[in-house]
Amino acid sequence: MLVNFKRVTTLVSFIRRCSTLSKSLPELTKDRYPNIKRGDYAELNQNHLDYFHGLLGQNRVLSDPSDCEMYNIDFIKGVRGYSQCVLKPQTTEEVSKILSFCNQHRLAVCPQGGNTGLVGGSVPVFDEIVLSTSLMNNIISIDNISGVVVCEAGCILESLDDVLREKGLMMPLDLGAKGSCNIGGNVSTNAGGLRLLRYGNLHGSVLGIEAVKANGDVIDCLSTLKKDNTGYHLKHLFIGSEGTLGIVTKVAVHGPSKPKSLNLALLGLHSFENILQTYERAKNDLSEILSSCEMMDERSLDVVTSHLKLKSPIGDFPFYMVVETSGSNEKHDEEKLNAFLEGVMSEGIVADGTVTNEPGKMRAIWDLRERITEGLLHDGYLFKYDISLPIKEFYSLVPKMKERLGSDASRVSGYGHIGDGNIHLNISVPEFSPDILKKVEPYVYELTSTYKGSISAEHGVGFRKPPYIHYSKSENAISLMKDLKKMMDPNGILNPYKVLPS
Amino acid sequence: MVRVLVGVKRVIDYAVKIRVKPDKMGVVTDGVKHSMNPFDEIAVEEAVRMKEKKVASEIIAVSCGPPQSQEVIRTALAMGVDKGIHVEVSGSEYETLQPIHVSKILAKIAQKENVDLIIVGKQAIDDDSNQTAQMTAAVLNWPQATFASKVEKGDKELTVTREVDGGLETIKCKIPAVISADLRLNEPRYATLPNIMKAKKKPITKMTPQDLGVDISPRIKILSVEDPPVRQAGVILPDVDSLVTKLKEGGHIP
Repeated sequence: MLVNFKRVTTLVSFIRRCSTLSKSLPELTKDRYPNIKRGDYAELNQNHLDYFHGLLGQNRVLSDPSDCEMYNIDFIKGVRGYSQCVLKPQTTEEVSKILSFCNQHRLAVCPQGGNTGLVGGSVPVFDEIVLSTSLMNNIISIDNISGVVVCEAGCILESLDDVLREKGLMMPLDLGAKGSCNIGGNVSTNAGGLRLLRYGNLHGSVLGIEAVKANGDVIDCLSTLKKDNTGYHLKHLFIGSEGTLGIVTKVAVHGPSKPKSLNLALLGLHSFENILQTYERAKNDLSEILSSCEMMDERSLDVVTSHLKLKSPIGDFPFYMVVETSGSNEKHDEEKLNAFLEGVMSEGIVADGTVTNEPGKMRAIWDLRERITEGLLHDGYLFKYDISLPIKEFYSLVPKMKERLGSDASRVSGYGHIGDGNIHLNISVPEFSPDILKKVEPYVYELTSTYKGSISAEHGVGFRKPPYIHYSKSENAISLMKDLKKMMDPNGILNPYKVLPS
Repeated sequence: MVRVLVGVKRVIDYAVKIRVKPDKMGVVTDGVKHSMNPFDEIAVEEAVRMKEKKVASEIIAVSCGPPQSQEVIRTALAMGVDKGIHVEVSGSEYETLQPIHVSKILAKIAQKENVDLIIVGKQAIDDDSNQTAQMTAAVLNWPQATFASKVEKGDKELTVTREVDGGLETIKCKIPAVISADLRLNEPRYATLPNIMKAKKKPITKMTPQDLGVDISPRIKILSVEDPPVRQAGVILPDVDSLVTKLKEGGHIP
């Protein structure tokens, strides 16, 4: 009986992808958050639909409630809108016409990419029209020498990465949602991910942007130049503004060279102090080949081992780290990595671990870290926080929240990008309760503020955090943001109820 | 306690996309990630578990191939194997090296090292030959227990559960014997850092087929290596009727 080894492993990953869509619908956002009032926008009528049908044809306008459902619910099933219309433009011109029409008729619009956002930013709060970029998925050009890729906003991150890898390049960002998330959404939310430590954030690697303003004006800043100091750097307005200032339609991204040599270590550690020591050593010993440095606590690893039945290749420890090196010379990298690992092991900073350069095994180790988000969904309702903190305080929130919540929470876990000072704090409860919410918020933001951290490191503000943005930004800064919003979208049709406090 | 020999082959990693060389005489191996054949990893794991259960006294890992084959021996040593033997076969000789040659090499080493049990993967994922275990048993005139999904050692015999078409077959065989490991025999461990470090100090002996008196002159000539046919792109049809028409046209339904 001959069993194809590859086929077995692909089957497993296929089954895994199918297993997430099951549970019941979350409560409508308007019911769960009754204090948020629908803005003074027009309601969708047949005339509007006729216009959209005329523009996009029958197949690219969804108005059947069951067709619209998946566009109304966010990935973690925390919020649900009741939009009756999903539009799927294929070109910038179509986006421009849609926005111009919506602006004239005061129809609110919610831009959506892969809908993998974690702060409720990518789904309607009420009945906003969903503008999905999913059909805008052409790669326009790839320059092998400069590494610049120009593409439309709806390209899936992993597909882009696959195409670039064929040419010896790669995308400068990588995150757990790569198989679904769109590059336009990545840019609009300034997504971080697993390799920000090495390649920097999107304000650096995005060279150009084409975006459409609320009134339909196309802003062409689609430069492919690494250096361009002419006038105000408008592209940055669209990076991280979460679709509230304009809809990103095309991007130019600088893709670094694909590494020829990759190594991945999973380490077990006894204390958070040990994590800091290991991170410091990794920076010094591995320097330019260090491409990722992640941590997770035992309760985070338990999410994937118990809910998703993944196996950890090492014993049980209170803390774990994933350290990746990427370079161009296998021997050189291995020598450095071995010296680093021998050092931290012999000094007792790291208790145990494993290291591999085999693609299959590296994938299995990355899964332990990357699939925590997915595994947490099995816990019930999640309060998710994505917080930047000074590195010494990186883990401080986890024990504090655990103590505060006691038996109210079924799990309080922390994992994240130690190298970037960005922790994902997750509080799992069997089901949503306003009382627990009151215990968690705003306390968690106050705490973050006292440590001089950011209440949103990489997920964005979205729908969940506008009331708390003042914990991280000054009054004058928020007021300037509001001025910008008013100038670029005077009718406030773009992604309302998100990012800025009312 | 038995002395165990495991065969470990260095193959292109299962996650790597295979490319045929432009001259169609083989596949591209330069700069391509190689790993231990996954079925051999299962064989190593089984031997290491035998040692942990004090069933085995010593484990020797053998790899036949170019100098880089020592990498997979090192992996086996880090998993818990005691010593390695690298039988160097390079260049054009390696391209035509077949299970018949490898089985003779394994048989010679087994005799030299007084081995009681040989465990190899049921097949290598590069050439899919599925012959080495059977041929080695024949050369040594030992019993063979192939496609093993469970191995238990009794006093002077082994009870082996085999994966056969349609179910499982349980057999008994005398020791010395040759076992080939199937996918479900076990789940191989990851080498831990302390063991990876210890493995650096374990010995690897280098030898050639000539040292063992094995003739590896080619018995085959590679005529051509071809890519599998490219899958045709799918078509989206507007409705069930056109699907039925299409299926009828293609002769898939009457």
